[in-house]
Amino acid sequence: MRIAFVNTLQELAKKNKDIMLLTNDLGFSVFEKYIEELPKQYLNMGVAEQNMTGVAAGMAMEGKTPFVYSIVPFVTMRNFEQIRNDICYQNLNVKIIGVGAGFSYGPYGHTHHGLEDIGILRTLANLTIICPGDPIEAELAVKKAIKINGPVYIRLGRAGEPIVYSKKPKFTVGKGLIVREGKDITIIATSTMIYSGKEVAKQLNKRGISVRLISMHTIKPLDKEIVLESTIKTKAVFSLEEHSIIGGLGSAVSEVIAENAISIPFKRIGVPDRFTKEIGDQEYMRKANNLSVEQITKTIIKNLETND
Amino acid sequence: MNSKKIEFLNKSAKEVRKNIIQMSTRAKSAHTGGALSCVEILIALYFEIMNVDSKNPYKDDRDRLVFSKAHDAKALYAVLAEKGFFDKKILDGYELNGGRLPGHSTRNCVPGVEISAGSLGHGLSMATGMAYAGKIDDKTYKVFCILSDGECDEGSTWEAIMFAGHHKLDNLVTVVDYNKLQGFGYTKNVLDLEPFSQKWKSFGWEAIEVDGHGFEELIKTFKKVPLKKGRPTVVIAHTTKGLGGVLKHINQVSSQYRPPTKEEAEDAITELEKL
Repeated sequence: MRIAFVNTLQELAKKNKDIMLLTNDLGFSVFEKYIEELPKQYLNMGVAEQNMTGVAAGMAMEGKTPFVYSIVPFVTMRNFEQIRNDICYQNLNVKIIGVGAGFSYGPYGHTHHGLEDIGILRTLANLTIICPGDPIEAELAVKKAIKINGPVYIRLGRAGEPIVYSKKPKFTVGKGLIVREGKDITIIATSTMIYSGKEVAKQLNKRGISVRLISMHTIKPLDKEIVLESTIKTKAVFSLEEHSIIGGLGSAVSEVIAENAISIPFKRIGVPDRFTKEIGDQEYMRKANNLSVEQITKTIIKNLETND
Repeated sequence: MNSKKIEFLNKSAKEVRKNIIQMSTRAKSAHTGGALSCVEILIALYFEIMNVDSKNPYKDDRDRLVFSKAHDAKALYAVLAEKGFFDKKILDGYELNGGRLPGHSTRNCVPGVEISAGSLGHGLSMATGMAYAGKIDDKTYKVFCILSDGECDEGSTWEAIMFAGHHKLDNLVTVVDYNKLQGFGYTKNVLDLEPFSQKWKSFGWEAIEVDGHGFEELIKTFKKVPLKKGRPTVVIAHTTKGLGGVLKHINQVSSQYRPPTKEEAEDAITELEKL
């Protein structure tokens, strides 16, 4: 997703000299091509995330479109107040790019995991939140974000994510995408778990459960209609994300279900409310948190049996 | 500088101080001392130095003033009103229900307010971004950023200082309202900033220390900025919270939070008239 992001940005920046890429002294093996071609539209801010965010706000006030890029916690938590006050409060045209959604940086340890970003950022007015699930969605997210004259957060995975779509989907900010139709249950997935959702759907299908899979790439504004439609068209709803079960997609979907007084079996599937003791790569960390394809499949089946 | 001009500036300062005291008393608001300590700085900039037009407050080539010590916003409001950016009647609603002027200045709440601030240590980064954008687009404007001394405790302020020095942003001028009193004590006891000038210099800035209440010295200094080509400038303005002994209660730690009583305000305004 990183490569899809930077290639797309490079194409856009070539045509628009006001686009600026700001990083915190990282991007080795990712940004070299961009820097070579567009040296004046790149700025290594040094290891100073708060200043990077404030500087981006100042640039946006002067008509620039800055993209600030770093690993999820450093570009959303270290500088949270700058995002809130400098960018969102002033409704400025700054794009925040977080790389390393969920356990993408698994072996690096919890400081580098991106598990709470959606929860905290969802509380900020004026902010659009997009969580693409594969390189194609990442490309489309960047192209759409540039058309929004205001703050956008794009949550990226890292590298080597499998492709979800066989052809380019019709991607609209604020509209969920139906990855596959099904009549028994709905899985609403986001970010790095959209592909897992597809695999889970295949597993369930083998067991005679027909799955409607939705890519909820935009968390804010949330596509309420597609949630409500799914509660009518199918008999149970599951949210799926590589994020804390508190505050993320699951919370957003449950708000819609609860406020519409809908009685339907519903479960949030995500990272439990804890710091994982073990350490390992993304696949290992998912397993340690009950988020492998097999574990998710089991969770859903068990839940359906309980609710029967 | 001719004495008539100084006389006019002193008269304006008196008006601004009166308005500040009235705003504080009416709204029973905090931060009176720090608002009073930066009056000459703001008047010198808006009346004598900056390229601004109150009738065309967003003209492209205007000099920008980033008021980072936004807790003292009533000083900024009073000066902007004095300069004709908006009707002085708007000052009456400062911090009151339905008013337009929040305790911490918010972007475009009235014409002339460039940024939203209130949490300390944000303004200099934004000013730096504006200055950087101006440089790469060959714009002629300068960016003036007003910091409080307490705000120099913030790490983010020093991130911005390091960045601006490194990138040689000589279109950036920071003025520190060095009144030596912060929220809950004397700066030298809370977190000593000294040697203050040396700190800035070692980060690539030109630093100068001036009397922050002396119009002649302030204006002479501001006319010279950037003090050196290729380096941002910091003007460390030595000031007194509440301006000396005239406004007695205000030159105390308590002035950070306790509003003047009606009697104290009346006394202060009488004293001002005698100046």
